[in-house]
Amino acid sequence: MNEMTNSWIGKSTIRPDGADKVTGRAAYAADTNMPGMIWGKVLRSPHPHARIISIDTSKAEALAGVKAVVTAKDIVDFPVDTPVPLGIQDMRWMCRNVMAREKALFHGHPIAAVAATTEAIAAEACKLIEVDYEVLPWAIEIEDAIKPDAPILHDFIQFEGKPSNIAGTLEHKLGDIDAGFAKADVVIERDFNTRPIHQGYIENHACLVSVASDGRTTIWSSSQGQFMVRAMTSFLTGLPQSDIRAIPAEIGGGFGGKTIIYLEPLATILSKKSGRPVKMVMTREEVMRATGPTSGSMSTVRIGATKDGKIVAAQGVFYLQAGALPGSPIRGAAGCAFAPYDIPNVVSRGFDVVSNRSKVAAYRAPGAPIGAHAVECVLDELAEALNIDPLDLRIRNAAREGTKAAHGPVYPRIGLLETMEAAKAHPHYKAPLGKFQGRGVASGYWFNAGGESSAQVNITEDGNVVVTTGHPDVGGSRAAIANIAAELLGIDYRRVSVLIGDTATIGYSNLTGGSRVLFASAMVVTQSAEQVIGQLKARAAKLWGIEADAVVWENGEARPSGDHTGNFPTMTLAEIAAKATATGGPIGAGVQLNTTGAEGGFSTHICDVEVDVDLGIVRVIRYTSFQDVGRAIHPAYVEGQIQGGAVQGIGWALNEEYIYNAKGQVDNPSFLDYRMPVCSDMPMLDAVMIEIPNPKHPQGVRGVGEVPLVPVMAAVANAIHDAVGKRFFSLPMSPPKVLEGLDEGTLQAAE
Amino acid sequence: MAKLHVSTTVNGEPSEFLCEASDTMLDVLRGPLGLTGSKEGCATGDCGACSVTLDGRLVCACLMLAVEADGAEIETIEGMSQGEKLHPLQQKFLELAALQCGICTPGMLVAAKSLLEQNMNPTETEVRYWLAGNLCRCTGYDKIVHAVLDTAAEMREAAR
Ligand code: FES
Ligand code: FES
Repeated sequence: MNEMTNSWIGKSTIRPDGADKVTGRAAYAADTNMPGMIWGKVLRSPHPHARIISIDTSKAEALAGVKAVVTAKDIVDFPVDTPVPLGIQDMRWMCRNVMAREKALFHGHPIAAVAATTEAIAAEACKLIEVDYEVLPWAIEIEDAIKPDAPILHDFIQFEGKPSNIAGTLEHKLGDIDAGFAKADVVIERDFNTRPIHQGYIENHACLVSVASDGRTTIWSSSQGQFMVRAMTSFLTGLPQSDIRAIPAEIGGGFGGKTIIYLEPLATILSKKSGRPVKMVMTREEVMRATGPTSGSMSTVRIGATKDGKIVAAQGVFYLQAGALPGSPIRGAAGCAFAPYDIPNVVSRGFDVVSNRSKVAAYRAPGAPIGAHAVECVLDELAEALNIDPLDLRIRNAAREGTKAAHGPVYPRIGLLETMEAAKAHPHYKAPLGKFQGRGVASGYWFNAGGESSAQVNITEDGNVVVTTGHPDVGGSRAAIANIAAELLGIDYRRVSVLIGDTATIGYSNLTGGSRVLFASAMVVTQSAEQVIGQLKARAAKLWGIEADAVVWENGEARPSGDHTGNFPTMTLAEIAAKATATGGPIGAGVQLNTTGAEGGFSTHICDVEVDVDLGIVRVIRYTSFQDVGRAIHPAYVEGQIQGGAVQGIGWALNEEYIYNAKGQVDNPSFLDYRMPVCSDMPMLDAVMIEIPNPKHPQGVRGVGEVPLVPVMAAVANAIHDAVGKRFFSLPMSPPKVLEGLDEGTLQAAE
Repeated sequence: MAKLHVSTTVNGEPSEFLCEASDTMLDVLRGPLGLTGSKEGCATGDCGACSVTLDGRLVCACLMLAVEADGAEIETIEGMSQGEKLHPLQQKFLELAALQCGICTPGMLVAAKSLLEQNMNPTETEVRYWLAGNLCRCTGYDKIVHAVLDTAAEMREAAR
């Protein structure tokens, strides 16, 4: 059944998990049940900021059907003065995020959780829990949180020697900023504002946890990392990791929002206390109030250039909302903002600001879209002031091989310039525009990531292949891994099964995040497959009675070579597998690595909009993304990442935002009022994949999942300016805001 | 209060269940009936992940009371393929990579099938407005719309 070409890399094959997903059989976290299972529910704070004086759970415990109740005293407490890092998270904050400890810090902060025989009884019991709150003044917006007299969320946070809501800072510096600006002929400085945005995955958080009488714990949950689930649950419950088996359910979208846990430790303790398996499923309202989002931001960007369009200095200050506990992605904002450009003098600073809203979670290139929004809008204005085409300005200043970036690296071969040049040459860039239509461009960068990955490649007795890796597959990574394994082994991809192992069946593998999964898993799968091929050759050699290095592996077959060429008929994988027992036993190999060499990703976007000047509605009418994808192992899913990222950015640019009422509560915690893009909002989306292979990867893979979101908001804002002659510096550019910004004068000029 | 008894037909098979008056069809499908292919993304009628048909009409199962199923015919994603043979839409979604995480996919497929049953020759705009009640956060909708349009074209061809 081998196809003639034996070539799968670069083909849009059918994904291994596809048939289950189009028939409704795929099991997501909320789809799993267990005998004897009961239901957990969370009581959440109605206040954005309140001291918890007392919690009385006795009435809830007395309700018929209630089996267990947990409060913060059941969760392991990590004192605030000693960091307990786990990846980029800190368990000091995580233990307070999953359950309010001293204070409730946001509307929706868990206060207690109940497990009962039905969901309805658990919800009823939550209402019976009596909590005595001392309501405190709160600060939600960054400008309110950094005022001198702002309510302080955490006494232990000090900034410049005083109690503060600024929990941390970071600075990247290159060259001499003052000398740089002194050389500039034109300097543009602007202030920007973006809103917190929810990741918006359609699948609500859910888990099912069973703690057996001997403490052995099994967790089925929807996450971007079963090993993260295991480690964090272990930290927060005190169970040893070896007692916890975390099984990754199919995940219904994450975009970074499922790189931390919310329900798992609560369900684990509820299960332990009740002796029953406990299932917990959030409602959409809970997801919107208490999970994610990414930071809102306030930033100022200043860029100076000479008359001929050479950028000589750039300065950025980025304040990011961390939510209730420290840890906003200032590294992404301050680090990625200027990364696409070769600028000799840069200062880029980030400030991590806590405020009374849910603790942020990663969202697709965390922080980078915030930085890019500001920088790319200023560049557009700079191009206008210099009377240079905005793509030409970018091309003139593009980072390339050898450029030293302010955030540290010296770039190897990168494809940024190619994305800009492809955009410039594309018919989209020259297509005519109508009245109140406009075109904007922007570029963007994301670090990408490597890190720990494990794989096991086993040959079945009938000569097929099972590949197991340890990263949840959110967007088609199994399909790409099948392509790689099939290519290396020289067999049809349909003979390769790709599975995601659980924490007990595959070695440690870091999160699905940072655009790392295919980069890292391709490395371990490649090395495993190479070892397997070595074994296959050795087995054939043994059967033929020749040396192993006299055998070559080609098109899924062992063939004698050198002096032995033609002496024996070739042996297929299936023939070798059938004789495995006699030649040394099972054939398979596993590799575990800490992968490096991920190298950043770049993209350039062109956006066309049409503005309804009577209603203020902005419609994206054409969108083309140009991205250096390294090597597109499975082009359709790479394209899918690019298209999906564009639409998320369009939502961020035009509609999405949290609205708070006078009590500091989220007023729009539903898909009706938190307006994500729907099908009828969008045009078709073009994705131009430029393949500049990553020199540090066996297949040339670069991460592709995050950079597609980075340039979008600026591309849209720049297009709106082109359409109506008005610059908007604050997101979302929603109808009321756009309408307010349009006056007769600007419109007449735009006509 | 005693539970209510409902007799209905699900995916062509007679089916009975007991429910509370307040249970939604989605609760019953995912709970007692064990048909977890219909997903809950919002429970407020805003995401379409729970799309099913009720006597041939596309509805959000989360907005339908389970008792309304009495005497009616319900079709869910689990009834879309004929045994091993996928519906052309299911096949096309796979071929064109019109799903990433796949959580919206059952609802999208049920909604798209319902469109093609009434309109074998939809325009891109008609597809986009028909599916406007089905949120997808992963794909940007592009490949979904292509898959529906291509399937419609193939089904028209096959029907000639
Ligand atoms: S769950 Fe029914 S529309 Fe969202
Ligand atoms: S494929 Fe993930 S929501 Fe549509």
